[in-house]
Amino acid sequence: MKQFLIFFNKEFLHIFRDPRTILILLIIPAIQIILFGFALTSDIKNIDIAVFDQSHDASSRLIIPKLLNSPYFNVVASVDNMDEADKLLQSGETMAVIIFEKGLESDIMREGAGNVQIITDGSDPNTSNAVSRYLQAIVLTAQKELINIAPLQQMSLTNDRITILPEPNMLYNPLIKSSYSFVPGVMGLILMLICSMMTSISIVREKEEGTMDVLLVSPMKPLNIILAKSVPYLALSLINLATILLLSVFLLGVPITGSLFWLLIISIIFIFVALATGLLVSSLVSTQVAAMLMSGLVFMVPVMLLSGMIFPIDNMPFILRAIAQFIPAKWYIVAVKKLMIQGLPVSYVLTEMLILFAMAISFIFISLKAFKMRVS
Amino acid sequence: MLKYLIEKEFKVFVRNRFLPKLIFIFPVVIILLMPWAANLDIKNLKVAVVDEDLSSISSKLVTKIDASKYFMIECCCESYKEAKYLVDNGDIDIVIEIPQNFEKNIIKEGSDKVHLAINAVDAMRGSLGSLYLTEILSDFAVQQSISGDVSIINISTQTRYNPTMDYNKFMVPALIVMILTLLTGFLPALNIVSEKEIGTIEQINVTPVSKFTFVLSKLIPYWIIGFIILTILVILAWAVYNIYPVGSLLTFYLMASIFVIVMSGMGLVISNHSDTLQQAMFVMFFFVLIMILLAGLFTPVDSMPVWAQMIAAVNPMRYFIEIMRMIYLKGSSMLDFKWQIVILFGFALFFNSWAIVSYRKKN
Repeated sequence: MKQFLIFFNKEFLHIFRDPRTILILLIIPAIQIILFGFALTSDIKNIDIAVFDQSHDASSRLIIPKLLNSPYFNVVASVDNMDEADKLLQSGETMAVIIFEKGLESDIMREGAGNVQIITDGSDPNTSNAVSRYLQAIVLTAQKELINIAPLQQMSLTNDRITILPEPNMLYNPLIKSSYSFVPGVMGLILMLICSMMTSISIVREKEEGTMDVLLVSPMKPLNIILAKSVPYLALSLINLATILLLSVFLLGVPITGSLFWLLIISIIFIFVALATGLLVSSLVSTQVAAMLMSGLVFMVPVMLLSGMIFPIDNMPFILRAIAQFIPAKWYIVAVKKLMIQGLPVSYVLTEMLILFAMAISFIFISLKAFKMRVS
Repeated sequence: MLKYLIEKEFKVFVRNRFLPKLIFIFPVVIILLMPWAANLDIKNLKVAVVDEDLSSISSKLVTKIDASKYFMIECCCESYKEAKYLVDNGDIDIVIEIPQNFEKNIIKEGSDKVHLAINAVDAMRGSLGSLYLTEILSDFAVQQSISGDVSIINISTQTRYNPTMDYNKFMVPALIVMILTLLTGFLPALNIVSEKEIGTIEQINVTPVSKFTFVLSKLIPYWIIGFIILTILVILAWAVYNIYPVGSLLTFYLMASIFVIVMSGMGLVISNHSDTLQQAMFVMFFFVLIMILLAGLFTPVDSMPVWAQMIAAVNPMRYFIEIMRMIYLKGSSMLDFKWQIVILFGFALFFNSWAIVSYRKKN
């Protein structure tokens, strides 16, 4: 025990001796939460658009102020010909151009309908889709006002028009904040990163510098070496977990609607999985760069891509969905969403908890085995 | 002198049994896998129907929703409670509740309400799902009306540059940027720091090799590898996804070289200020994380709050992603992104002069 404590102490000294690393380790979670929470909004806001008004009549004059006042759009340019509009789209200065065709008002009067054209830049499909829909919505609202203007009234036969009013109820996230889905993802990412990358690097460094051989011939048991290596990072991860939770509750306003106790329990199980992954990496590689690349690329990228933290798993083809089942972070993120955001009781996350537990046990077992093999 | 140093770098690189494999296999795997995974398309949202009316009009509505590419009717539930349980478990995204006497109210009063319960944990999916459903409902109402369509403004929409709204076309250029950053920014810097940590850099320092030659000998191998991989990626994207630069390939490579110089310079600055690999890695990780998140990779920079836009304004990756997307999708020429080029040149100058000033042979 005393031996263990001494070794444990040495590990902590190693970490604290390098203030830059520890600072970054503690700041990364905060930065991620802030960026994901505030900067990465998928909401449409202040999108730059251009207006090409060929008609200059009452109808277009009714619609344009609505575009100017909309929080979704910034009308940054008003163009006189199609070439200019093309140029704005081509250089990316505006995301969309709305064109009021010549004689809009008179077409409405004479033929019963005028033409408005919306051209969007489809480089970013989701944004362009949303921009196009919001623009259409603004024009359609204006249309209702136009119908009520005197000369058109007799045309509108709105009386026999059926309306179906949708009453949407946004479950779990009534304000539709993007941060609700990012917080569980960031938790999964950070915990996986800190634990697996740091543990593997710190073990591999001893290998690379040759001090591991010295340790292995010492009376220290290999198990103790591993434990002493991972406990400091366990502590760091717990601090990070606390930072993330505090920031998301008090800064982002993402509440913990479920049980905090079970949230912590499942996080600790997940941290064990991550530590075991780090041990596994360290037994596979022999240099620090390789360890970093391995945990950074081979483990982090799948976590970011396949865990459902950014991209919904439902959209993926079958093979990727199958691979996703083997990614611990996927189960953790689902469980955190259920416990923290949806506020469900622990009985809903039993499957996730069991799977994570099984993963933790088997990873620890495999990595201990692999580690011992290297001793002989 | 430089020739021998570069030869040595390549030998060291090839001798490592792990690194060369990873460097070549990783980008290939990513480009083959990622566009399938990195898909923010909203489609196939799973819907449960609670139809309390069971009339002909309600079943018509259900058929119409099922026919949309955005929605898939997974099940019909007896009660809202039953459906809510499925939403809680994550099996269903949206519940549509059609009230009793729906048909009667529509015929008699011309209107009725439909209750939607939407899983909004993922805000984007939730809000777009709600938007699409609302559109289907109002479309349906128009179809069922006797007078038919009464709109007085015909809106025609057109999507430029990516008319099929292919999400891959959006992601592939960005992926190329990420991989290029990693290969030409990270690896040479880590390589230099590892010489520092092992102590071999001191042996180089006492030789007549000038610091400029030394740094170049570290950078050039990764530049060569970076461009080989860039070419592989371009060919793969073309062969697998039929995505290729609409603009000129020459401009593409020219822009890539400017960006590579920027990232190498940044890597060198970090390596000069770090003593251990671990420090260098984490500092890089820290900056790259911010750069990727604020590059407009997933969400438009315009929608970000002002402070984030200010950080994004000094993010070289953002400008390069803009350029890449313009070349790939819009076929823009250099005149279209002259400002981005000027800014990237500025970054290249800034980082590389910083790297030269901060590099010391004597310690």
